[in-house]
Amino acid sequence: MLPEQIIKDLQKILGKENVLTSKAERICYSYDATQQSFLPEVVLHPGSAEEIALIMKLANRERIPVFPRGAGSGFTGGSLPTKGGIVLCTERMDQILEIDEENLVATVEPGVVTERFQKAVEKVGLFYPPDPASLKFSTLGGNVAECAGGPRCVKYGVTKDFIIGLEVVTPTGDVITTGGPTMKGVVGYDLTKLLCGSEGTLGIITRIVIKLLPLPEAKKTMLVLFDSIDGAAQAVSAITRNKIVPTTLEFMDGRTIECVRQATDLDLPETAQAVLIIEVDGDREFLDKQVNRIAEIIKPLGVVETRIATTQEESEALWQIRRSVSASLRNVNPDKFNEDICVPRSKVPEMIRKVDAISDKYQIPIVNFGHAGDGNIHVNIMVNKKVSGDIMKAEGAIKDVFKAALELGGTMSGEHGVGIAKAPYIPLEITPVAAEYMKAIKRSLDPNNILNPGKIFLDDENSAECGD
Amino acid sequence: MAKLKKLEDYRDEIERCVKCGACRAHCPAFDAERREGRVARGKIALANSILEGEVGLEPKVLEDLSQCLLCGSCCAGCPNKVHTEDIVAAARRQIAEERGLSTFGKGVATVLGRPKLMNLLAKSGGSLSSILFKKLPKDSGLHLRFPAPYLEKGRTLPPITAKPFRERVPEVIPGDAQQPTVLFFSGCGINYMYPEVGEAFLKALKFLGVTVIIPKDQACCGLPAVSAGATKTIENLADQNLAAINGHTFDYIVTACASCNSGLGNIYAEMGDEFKEMSAKVMDIFVFLARHGLPEKLEALPKAEQRIKVTYHDPCHLRNQGITKEPRQILKALPQVEFVEMPDAGTCCGLGGTYSVYHYEHTKRIAARKAGNIASSGAELVATDCPGCIMQLQDGINHAEGTQRALHILELLAEALPE
Repeated sequence: MLPEQIIKDLQKILGKENVLTSKAERICYSYDATQQSFLPEVVLHPGSAEEIALIMKLANRERIPVFPRGAGSGFTGGSLPTKGGIVLCTERMDQILEIDEENLVATVEPGVVTERFQKAVEKVGLFYPPDPASLKFSTLGGNVAECAGGPRCVKYGVTKDFIIGLEVVTPTGDVITTGGPTMKGVVGYDLTKLLCGSEGTLGIITRIVIKLLPLPEAKKTMLVLFDSIDGAAQAVSAITRNKIVPTTLEFMDGRTIECVRQATDLDLPETAQAVLIIEVDGDREFLDKQVNRIAEIIKPLGVVETRIATTQEESEALWQIRRSVSASLRNVNPDKFNEDICVPRSKVPEMIRKVDAISDKYQIPIVNFGHAGDGNIHVNIMVNKKVSGDIMKAEGAIKDVFKAALELGGTMSGEHGVGIAKAPYIPLEITPVAAEYMKAIKRSLDPNNILNPGKIFLDDENSAECGD
Repeated sequence: MAKLKKLEDYRDEIERCVKCGACRAHCPAFDAERREGRVARGKIALANSILEGEVGLEPKVLEDLSQCLLCGSCCAGCPNKVHTEDIVAAARRQIAEERGLSTFGKGVATVLGRPKLMNLLAKSGGSLSSILFKKLPKDSGLHLRFPAPYLEKGRTLPPITAKPFRERVPEVIPGDAQQPTVLFFSGCGINYMYPEVGEAFLKALKFLGVTVIIPKDQACCGLPAVSAGATKTIENLADQNLAAINGHTFDYIVTACASCNSGLGNIYAEMGDEFKEMSAKVMDIFVFLARHGLPEKLEALPKAEQRIKVTYHDPCHLRNQGITKEPRQILKALPQVEFVEMPDAGTCCGLGGTYSVYHYEHTKRIAARKAGNIASSGAELVATDCPGCIMQLQDGINHAEGTQRALHILELLAEALPE
């Protein structure tokens, strides 16, 4: 526990009700979706950038680590209080400050839940495309800090492609703004892009300026079953080669289909070894043409069946197949390591073959699905943590999967970030010189290593504990 | 003897929570106050900490565990389908066992466990309007789910009837021999607050020629006691109801209260082998009516010229069982009704057993959202299938100064049927 005087100082800044000290309350902020847990010494719910700045000044003075947190739904431990200290929750700052229809720009606070924001802009005919699977509960602040992706990124790009300005509290407790509401701006370094995906290590986001698009008039969904994963992968390349960029291009491999077939009564014939869910959006009259064109292009590639939704309900029914994946995986094994490697699109079939070989090597089931359209594959290594040896096998398999992705010119993480989960593997992808370049930025901005320490890059003292 | 599961028995269920946070998008209690202890993921972490001995039953733990409507919305939206409502109920029972029932819990346990006392209380309160109801002395016990110390200022409640439903009707009402026999489990809401719903139930079944048995010695289903964590009360009520029901021959046990349906059909089913046969026969009234040809008969009636706009609220205890189509099917078939769907029809009304007693301020926030959704549908009436929801929906509408009325679908049905 922190000394009483510090708690009192924090209460003075935030008000008593926003300083949580009981063990029960701290337990509730000790975890995220990695299922790891570290007990913080105090949980804070600030309501403004000014309050956060005061907290950071105090934390620097007293050398208390600060761990920023949105909804706590990350997959790599970005928000975990690995060294105790302060969990700083931005959820109370949840106002949509402005939706500027003349400039197609919105300004929000970090605690706004992504879906709520999307609905608000869609009401006035505007569109914020990034759609991480957690969009119903994750916050925009968290999305920016992790640079979240999602299925629609194939066509529209990821979170950072929509963030044009930020207000940020620096690790030492100053408030700065970066970028702004203009579509162009080249004065100084592009700190906005640096902060997007910095995983809360370089600053705490307190305000976000977001670029919006006009809402597409309509969308159309199709589901295609293939007799081989190669067919599906070739289909992805063929669609891209023919200069068509669908909104989403999701795939599921044979093992995934098997899981869904066993867990649900959804109609998936046994001959199907891969599934693509393809969605296009735009002007209504243009969609049928595009869908038909796609069907034509992929026809020779071992298509078992093509289903095209004609109504909203039918579209939902097609997406239901994709949505039931996560829960159905439990039938394979109770626990999973969900890695989100990304390779150049054309390398997807090769990557899948490599993953299959790794699965055979370690004798451990690996299920692949994800965003084929941008080469971002969710590699799910299925284990039973209670079976001795399973975790060791999984660790070996994870490392091999990362190496395979890197060999193909890819990356270890397309969406989830590094946090603590992937920190031990950083040297596989980032050279010592490049890593030092990054660390130099961190050191100069956060000389006391107060803000989210030990994330992305392991520091020596806790490399042992999260090296596992 | 009925036996409820312990918190310890839910270890596997607790472990199935992967802390993804999806419950945050679905929990009405969390929506009313966005603190992690309010949401399923936090409660599961706390339940686990209790089992592991990491936290005692300190005030903050009790407060968070009391902040649950047991509505099951989180489970519906959970990728791993973790039944947080069962875990919380088990945790509350453990708390009650270790700490004794809270003042409120005791009040419920005493009154619900003794139907005679309940009848007496109902009679003495029959002439009271809802305003007078609030002025009752603290110790009257009449308040049942709303004992005076917790009866927050400003809550509007229906009056308690002078003559409970089950005292108004014979125990057996014979119908056609070729039709099935139904045992009507009326529940407390209908018996003491909404006897007209019970009468509408009988009219509907008479219309189909169904024989109805209304056992005189049936007791409360025990759901408010589940919410309060009163293990013994629940187990005793279950035994009592089993005895009351076993004396009769019937095809179905039919309920017109979502909570009773869930209590008898789901909770009893887990309490011992002797309940399995009984629980399997439990059926909601609209499922029964839909399966026995009522929608077709209603469709044949001439449509009214001036129809009234009605929307439907899904009670949690039906929605969780996937019963969403049949009540709408009946409503849509009614000649005097123009059905309109409201946004988020499936979110909890905010009553949640003891939740609204401890947390009326939060209940009001949940209810205000619901009242807004009802108003936006343009409906004049909001119909549902649960007396608890009716009471809560009406309170929410009253606070929002709405003009809509909450009622049971059976009341509309009875109106449409020939005398």
